[in-house]
Amino acid sequence: MSATAEREIILKLEDVSKVYSGTVAVKRANFEVRKGAVNVLVGENGAGKSTLMKIIAGVERPTAGRILLEGEEVSFSSSGDAVNRGIGMVFQELNLFGNMSVAENIFATREITNRFGKIDREQQENRAAEFLERLQAGIRPDMLVEDLRIGQQQLVEIAKAVSLDARILIMDEPTSALSAAEVEILFKVIADLKARGVAIVYISHRLEELIRIGDYITVLRDGRITGQEEMKNVDTQWIVRQMIGSDAKDFAKADGHLPGEEIFRAEEICLPRATGGLAVDHVSLSLRAGEILGIYGLMGAGRSELFDCIMGRHGHSTGEIFIGGIKVKERDTTRRIRRGLALIPEDRQREGLVSILSVASNLTLASLSRFARLFHIRGAAERQAVTQIVRELAIKVADPAQEVSSLSGGNKQKVVIGKALLTEPKVLLMDEPSRGIDVGAKADVFRTMRKLSRDGLGILFATSDLDEVMALSDRIAVMSNGKLTGMFDRAEATEAALVAASALGHGPAPRTESTAHD
Amino acid sequence: MTDIPAKAAAPSTSSGSVLLTVMKLRTFIALIAVLIFFSIAAPNFLSTANLILMSKHVALNAFLAMGMTFVIITGGIDLSVGSIVGLCGMVAGYLVLNGIDLQIGYTIYFNVFEIALITLAVGILIGAVNGLLITRLNVAPFIATLGVLYVARGLALLSSDGRTFPNLVGKPELGTTGFGFLGAGRLLGLPVAIWILIVVALGAAYLAKYTPLGRHIFAVGGNERASRISGVRVNMVKMFVYMFSGFCAAIVGLIISSELMASHPATGESFELNAIAAAVLGGTSMSGGRGTIGGTIVGAFVIGILSDGLVMMGVSSFWQMVIKGLVIIVAVVVDQAQRRLQSRVTLMQMAKAG
Repeated sequence: MSATAEREIILKLEDVSKVYSGTVAVKRANFEVRKGAVNVLVGENGAGKSTLMKIIAGVERPTAGRILLEGEEVSFSSSGDAVNRGIGMVFQELNLFGNMSVAENIFATREITNRFGKIDREQQENRAAEFLERLQAGIRPDMLVEDLRIGQQQLVEIAKAVSLDARILIMDEPTSALSAAEVEILFKVIADLKARGVAIVYISHRLEELIRIGDYITVLRDGRITGQEEMKNVDTQWIVRQMIGSDAKDFAKADGHLPGEEIFRAEEICLPRATGGLAVDHVSLSLRAGEILGIYGLMGAGRSELFDCIMGRHGHSTGEIFIGGIKVKERDTTRRIRRGLALIPEDRQREGLVSILSVASNLTLASLSRFARLFHIRGAAERQAVTQIVRELAIKVADPAQEVSSLSGGNKQKVVIGKALLTEPKVLLMDEPSRGIDVGAKADVFRTMRKLSRDGLGILFATSDLDEVMALSDRIAVMSNGKLTGMFDRAEATEAALVAASALGHGPAPRTESTAHD
Repeated sequence: MTDIPAKAAAPSTSSGSVLLTVMKLRTFIALIAVLIFFSIAAPNFLSTANLILMSKHVALNAFLAMGMTFVIITGGIDLSVGSIVGLCGMVAGYLVLNGIDLQIGYTIYFNVFEIALITLAVGILIGAVNGLLITRLNVAPFIATLGVLYVARGLALLSSDGRTFPNLVGKPELGTTGFGFLGAGRLLGLPVAIWILIVVALGAAYLAKYTPLGRHIFAVGGNERASRISGVRVNMVKMFVYMFSGFCAAIVGLIISSELMASHPATGESFELNAIAAAVLGGTSMSGGRGTIGGTIVGAFVIGILSDGLVMMGVSSFWQMVIKGLVIIVAVVVDQAQRRLQSRVTLMQMAKAG
């Protein structure tokens, strides 16, 4: 990574601006993409990263400014245009066809056909298998995309972009759903592409990742480029300063309050997996009031499935749960919520929000009975609760009657958390609560977690982010392959121990992932 | 009954929002347009007698369309309503004429009120069958209700061997008289059917707007998985909407056979299509999550007035179909345009708010 100074510039944006009706998303940006290097782009949500990338990928046209590809001015009228010029993009939102196979997705719009125009399925699958092999994801090309977990889908998306043989490859948050092991593999693939002279534009919220693989870094704030440096000259502090204008601490500090009595206990939770074996394998754990218990594990370790079992989303799961020492006999989600459990799901869009309803309706969706007298919703009580939770969680919304789809990722996540809190839970299950949200919103979410634990809630949170689990948890449980493989006190936990525990039970053979998410 | 998008866009004063307001009121504007058009083009259109006759026609479709609206909001469809109308009419007619033979030498005759209750129960029961097929056995709504469409129609025909139950006057000594009241009776100058429509419509609108169940109906249509995780009893909500739809169809069956004082087993054929048309015309989105009872009623009026008015003008029924089809298509096109404009206006406001 030392000899990066002389890399050739392949793509250059000069004074590019993009104005949407009323807002300036990008202001006179000058951005250079260098060949054979990882060009990192960071900024908070709404800073204009995605817009800038869409301009490069031909999805959006700049309002002003020039794009120079190898010194020649170009203008793309569509993303197909950009692909033809060798620019590929891995979008943050998955653009896959769930009803088609992995191979069909990889070769969508450029199907391999024989002389008569018939799709050559075998060759497509063989070619797809090559790309997937490089990602070591254990994904077969004939699997249906909708049967894959989000992380795997993300890998398919990456394989698709890699298969384009692009000269410039844009990756928008490629690791947001990947486990640590998969991130390693992705980085290997990136190094490989780099060695072949591909220019990579890499967007991520995970700063440690950027510092590790980046060669050049560009920071965006409010549509303006606030810093452009070679990576070896900068550190995290510098990046954060450029991003938000001042030094910021990521994680809310522990306040030293002591956890109370046991509030929740799970015993021998088991969930059979559709393909045989157990997705959750005899997991037992206990949680005290005011305690934050982090569950660390790789993708497919069974964390989400464990949460699903606790919430009663799988009728065929076995095991018992206790709240405050009393056995929970109810087996359906509705009544378990009433008993004081609440889940913040991993996939906001699909499981967290009803996007066509308003912010207010989303917030109160799980707790309507609280505001209803007999069958009548008391509008005043509902409005008051909404106003209060919006203020408490610092949800940035002009009017709670606004549709929730108009919010940014971080604010959407706060709405999902607010919805769970309005049910007045005793135990909060949070599945990857910081996934895909910006630094500011993350800090808010972490602060909220601290505050809730101080108020006596028990919090179980699942994450694949080591820093996060180390910084936030009072105790750390590690899951691997459906089993609980480690339980550490905050004081004695080390990153090495966590990683080792999370790899237990993973043989060298390719994993056969669970598809039993639903 | 969500007025949420409306609120979100209200404060803007740009030309976009004027256009938006016009588009939002499009069904109303269409209603006023057809009213004005026919009052000029068709003689006698505005006579009291005609207006009352027309509103009775509209009411029948409006009942079905209300039930359909809830079903469509949850993301489903109910094709069986026309057949339920037919079957429920036959049930009512059979009970008036024959009562229930207990096979031990006695026959129970019910009074008209009890007959109405039993008929409504039958409608709700068939709705429950729809609901069970869809929630418990995971049959797609289209297929489940299509199957029930045939079954119910077949049962209606079987009940009388395809014949009409004529002359439902009833016998005073059995206490079965007075069946004509629903279809022909009047209260304060308005037909009873209209009063029932007003009551049911207000109830449905209230349900949609002010009750947890109503909110859940919209949530299920918007995102079923998220609703489930939020503790919404999705299956119960779905059961309810199909049962409500069956209930509305049973009312229509009662009114029609009461009006004619006869029950014919083919009554209600293709009514489901008119109901869907009225719901869509009133702004209900076929993909679920959006729709209002008020809009649907206005939609039913537009369709009803259109067909009655064209009949009065002497337009051939072939042309009537073409015109009705075009109106529905235009309505949906405008609906889509409105949604696009709406999101643009919302974006602009967000941009202004920073």
